[in-house]
Amino acid sequence: MPVTRLLLIGYGNPGRGDDGLGPALAERMSGRNLPGLTVEIDYQLTVDHAALIATHDAVVFADAAMELGMPYRLTQVEGTPQALGSHQVTPEAALHLAWLLYGRSVPGWVLAIGGEAFGEVQEGLSAVALSNLHLAEQFLAGWIRQAVRAA
Amino acid sequence: MAETRLIEISPVTRVEGHGKVTIHLDAEGRVDEARLHIVEFRGFERFIRGRLMWEVPVIVQRLCGICPVSHHLASAKAMDQIVGVDVLPPTAEKMRRLMHYGQVMQSHVLHFFHLSAPDLLFGFGAPAEKRNIFEVIRENPTLGLRAVQMRKFGQEIIEATAGKKIHGTGAIPGGINRNLPVEVRDRFLGQVEEMLVWAQDALALARGYVESHADMVAGFGTFPSSHMSLVREGDGALDLYHGRLRALDAGGAPIFDMVDYRDYHKHLIEDVRSWSYMKFPFIRALGAEDGWYRVGPLARMNTASFIDTPLANAAHGALRAFSGGLNHSTLANHWARMIEVVHCVEKIRELLQDPDLQGSDLVAKGERRFEGIGVIEAPRGNLIHHYRVDENDQVTFCNLIVSTTHNNEGMNRAVKAVAVQHLSSQPKITEGMLNHVEVAIRAYDPCLSCATHALGQMPLQVEIVDAAGAVIDRAGQCL
Repeated sequence: MPVTRLLLIGYGNPGRGDDGLGPALAERMSGRNLPGLTVEIDYQLTVDHAALIATHDAVVFADAAMELGMPYRLTQVEGTPQALGSHQVTPEAALHLAWLLYGRSVPGWVLAIGGEAFGEVQEGLSAVALSNLHLAEQFLAGWIRQAVRAA
Repeated sequence: MAETRLIEISPVTRVEGHGKVTIHLDAEGRVDEARLHIVEFRGFERFIRGRLMWEVPVIVQRLCGICPVSHHLASAKAMDQIVGVDVLPPTAEKMRRLMHYGQVMQSHVLHFFHLSAPDLLFGFGAPAEKRNIFEVIRENPTLGLRAVQMRKFGQEIIEATAGKKIHGTGAIPGGINRNLPVEVRDRFLGQVEEMLVWAQDALALARGYVESHADMVAGFGTFPSSHMSLVREGDGALDLYHGRLRALDAGGAPIFDMVDYRDYHKHLIEDVRSWSYMKFPFIRALGAEDGWYRVGPLARMNTASFIDTPLANAAHGALRAFSGGLNHSTLANHWARMIEVVHCVEKIRELLQDPDLQGSDLVAKGERRFEGIGVIEAPRGNLIHHYRVDENDQVTFCNLIVSTTHNNEGMNRAVKAVAVQHLSSQPKITEGMLNHVEVAIRAYDPCLSCATHALGQMPLQVEIVDAAGAVIDRAGQCL
């Protein structure tokens, strides 16, 4: 994967417990100052992410996941999106919009990180989520180094 | 007993947050009751207790990923009172207004182009695979690009005034913590004329839709109701940031007018019902049965005496003329929403030309108080933040009435009206028919709970219940 400009979008609500896993990962990755990596943190994917995606070679969407059954999972985004909202812009939809609007076909991956405490209004991650976050961070740092070096 | 029927629904999306609609059928298959339930308990009022007052305008933004600026500003306005400030320095008020207009603009644009346009352009009963923004873009790529650019413009204004797109810190108790640098102002000035042209085009689209579908719009979720919003003190003009409360009955007569919003609790009562976590506010003078009301763009067009920007004012006049009085049509919200987009862009242009935005007097001080109530007109309607703070600066009480809560009864009435009209006694209930119910909900742009969206969550579920109380079908879409 020849990548010189990699975008990481970590999204979720840090005020809803483990839903903040995406932003937490993005903050950690931002602190590593990896060459070629742009980090974006948001509550959720929105249509305007398409414009940002269109200016990169590849994108990783980091999001919390319920009942994942493993600490984290990286999956390439495939398929055609069926719907689009504002809370419900999926990675598929964001990539599809980048193509429709800007003519850029950008490969994307979802990094799902397992959490267990969602919905309650509270800040901070559960112990399980913190552990999963640490593992996901280690994995993603290595993955990014390899991906960007391949360029 | 009613027969069990196969119902296909895909998707049932394009609302903000998590909700459920139940449609109860009688033995003949007629719609007996239809309700919009809010299935998630937000609990923020308790969460905020014990927090320091200074951090409240930042923390409350976590209520919502779609309109955090609304909560930021409403809470900051409440905290202004607690630090004893009733009048902000001009730079502070104008920076906050700029932030607010940017946010209302981008929120309305997102809703109209991306959530509602597929229904309006392709028809409520069009095949589900056709009824989405991707098809809109395929048929009209310019529309799609403009939508993204307009939203981006609004987001960048928020970033420039609040410091960040999310979790901004711009508004602080008593003022603002930044002004607008000249180079940033000039960047926005270079774009604002184009935004105004696009906003007028969007308005023409929304107006054209309502006018060309006048009969359908008049019969779709249309019912008389009271309407409430802030209006500008003195002349009753539309004012999204500050003003006094005005409520009109269905005929347009005032129920209350020019009420200091710090007295909201003297005029509004919050009722609860067993089947929803969301409260049901009503106007005290009219009682629980008749006192429900609507808020939001259409309500504001009904309550405002006029609009203080020329293009939006002309559009307001056109809507009034078309309606022949107050407009009660659920779908007219789209027209009203685009009038507000034009108004916001006009106000943004006006503010960008105001040298007060480069002022350095950012914060006022006053004598400490222990209670504050901030009210603004958020994109979806009136928003109330009420706090009490102790001598240690810790919050001891919080009450929020968000726009979607104000509209709770109105949305339920719209759901029932449309369900009766389109689902009753149908031999087969199709996805297209059910989408009519969703269209009615979407017109209010409800924000049902906000910003928990982990993979696997479900935003909206529809259940059909037969005369015996059994769920005969349900549908939803996982994210």
